Amino acid sequence: MKQIPVVPSDRPPTRPARLIDDFTPPLVLPGEHHLCPGCGEPAVMRSAAEIIDESQLTNRAIGVIGIGCYTAFSSSLDIEVLQALHGRAPSLATGLKRVRPENIVFTVQGDGDMVNEGLQEVIHTAARGEPITAILLNNGVFGETGGHMTATTVIGQRTKNTLEGRDAKAHGHPIRLSNIMAGLDGVAYVARGATNSAGNVARTRRMLKRAFDLQEAGAGFTFVEVLTMCPTGWFIDTAEAPDYLEANLAAVHSIGVLKDIAA
Amino acid sequence: MTKRLMEGSEAIAEAMVAAGCRFFSGYPMTPFTEVLEHMAKLLPGVGGVCMNAESELEAVGMAWGAAAAGVRSATGSVGQGLSLMQESLSEMCYARVPVVVINMARGQGDYFQATRGGGHGDYRHIVLAPCDINEAVHVTQLAFHLADQWRNPVTLLGDYYLAHVQEAADPQRVDFGPLPAKDWALDGTSSGTGKAKIVSPLSSGKRSPESQIGYGAHLEAIAGRVRAMAEGVEPLVEVGFVDDAELVVVAYGTPGRYVRYAVGKLRDAGLAVGFVRPITLWPFPSRAVAEATANARAVAVYELNTGQMFDDVRLAVRNVPVHFIGQMSFDGSGFGIAPALGVSSLEERIRATYEQREMVAS
Repeated sequence: MKQIPVVPSDRPPTRPARLIDDFTPPLVLPGEHHLCPGCGEPAVMRSAAEIIDESQLTNRAIGVIGIGCYTAFSSSLDIEVLQALHGRAPSLATGLKRVRPENIVFTVQGDGDMVNEGLQEVIHTAARGEPITAILLNNGVFGETGGHMTATTVIGQRTKNTLEGRDAKAHGHPIRLSNIMAGLDGVAYVARGATNSAGNVARTRRMLKRAFDLQEAGAGFTFVEVLTMCPTGWFIDTAEAPDYLEANLAAVHSIGVLKDIAA
Repeated sequence: MTKRLMEGSEAIAEAMVAAGCRFFSGYPMTPFTEVLEHMAKLLPGVGGVCMNAESELEAVGMAWGAAAAGVRSATGSVGQGLSLMQESLSEMCYARVPVVVINMARGQGDYFQATRGGGHGDYRHIVLAPCDINEAVHVTQLAFHLADQWRNPVTLLGDYYLAHVQEAADPQRVDFGPLPAKDWALDGTSSGTGKAKIVSPLSSGKRSPESQIGYGAHLEAIAGRVRAMAEGVEPLVEVGFVDDAELVVVAYGTPGRYVRYAVGKLRDAGLAVGFVRPITLWPFPSRAVAEATANARAVAVYELNTGQMFDDVRLAVRNVPVHFIGQMSFDGSGFGIAPALGVSSLEERIRATYEQREMVAS
């Protein structure tokens, strides 16, 4: 952690008497990210960038980014990016890491991208033990299309195509991907964090740090799922989204470390 | 320089390795399987990687990832497997990823798939279709050169015969001249410099204070490259006996080799026939076809389908009637060997067209 300078009090002040620092996040190009107010995704992207910066992995880092709202970060992160199609990030990351094993490769996919479209890909990549870090941004809806059901939508959750709420009889059950991942050989680390509180963001940062450390150590496939708010896709007020996440998503997709082979 | 007997699939694999291909990914499907087997055998010995992908979708994704790192990389399948890959085969053109695609087609029903594409969007692959093993050794290596030169996927269109026939070959590295440096390839070193690189089908660069590169501008650049390839890629073509030919027969791939032989025999019998064999199918050698048929009174197209390259020939030929004398494969095994693919049957069809008789499908 970097030290925030404190204005010294044992001599006359040379600058205004308040705590000041440059809080510009590292590895982000200037400009707006165009995501909705209250979205949980920017906090994850910022955390990942900060961990890469703090761990001094920057000049070896390549992100493979899927298709969803978070694709906005493909052009605004000051990290090399290989843009993948919807569902296909794990296979691109596999090809990349196999020919550049010295690089730190991470993927970013949403629940629609990873758990719907690309489920087969991510499971095989995990089972092969590809030494990459896969990040799942799970908000339980297709945010970019305007709030439709995904494979992780919880029972009872209203979406644009489950207007009366997701009903197991009609729409099936949500897939808890982290729980499946934890059972696979080849997987070194599985954790599920969230962005609905400062505490959970800090916890998610520690999970990301652990995942990147294990990738660097060549331990195998590392997986961090993060529950993120999507007030737009959940059709609720922005301020209610953190509590909604806790009461609904986290009740099904429980937060915590599910696997750590080196712990 | 020692030639040895090898089947086409092995020769293509050896040629890929000679060309510097160090990453290959595939999903088994005959007759592509044999290429995958040989790559699995050859690549580890030269420090390369061969991946048994879980599906064609992943095979093409892996090749895309390796190519984005600047490594010469290839994937492939047969027509059916390539159908599954179409989204990536299209978007790799927009992302400007130089992947070589080995399309060991079962018959010739996939001409449209290879040259027009079954994917979405406005894209082109350069397509090369050799007719024998030594030509395959050459154009396989040319495929990697063209892919890097144009930063665009290149398809090698083979067939069941090409994969399995044995000929003497010696796949040595062919030097096609210098290429631009791959300064666009990803290795992580530009991260954190304020100018991090991106390889994306959606944009040509990241945003900066000076520029916000929009999708429209990216597509404009892609359109410009399609035009440049259409004009800049020199199509390969073989022509024979066309100077005084009254009938010119057009065919590609293994059937092109049969046509070349049948036309030679008919020449010996005194018929004024010639042939054109396009090796590059996109861009189609329209000028060469037009020149070779300018003085003919008729043109015939022979291919093992219901008439696909036929369209390209009709677009190229001026003021001369074009007849289709090919036939779709009815081969129950699905490997696309039509009953007509025999020298005597071919001779009969060419002779009938030469004599202006009405063709009836046998």
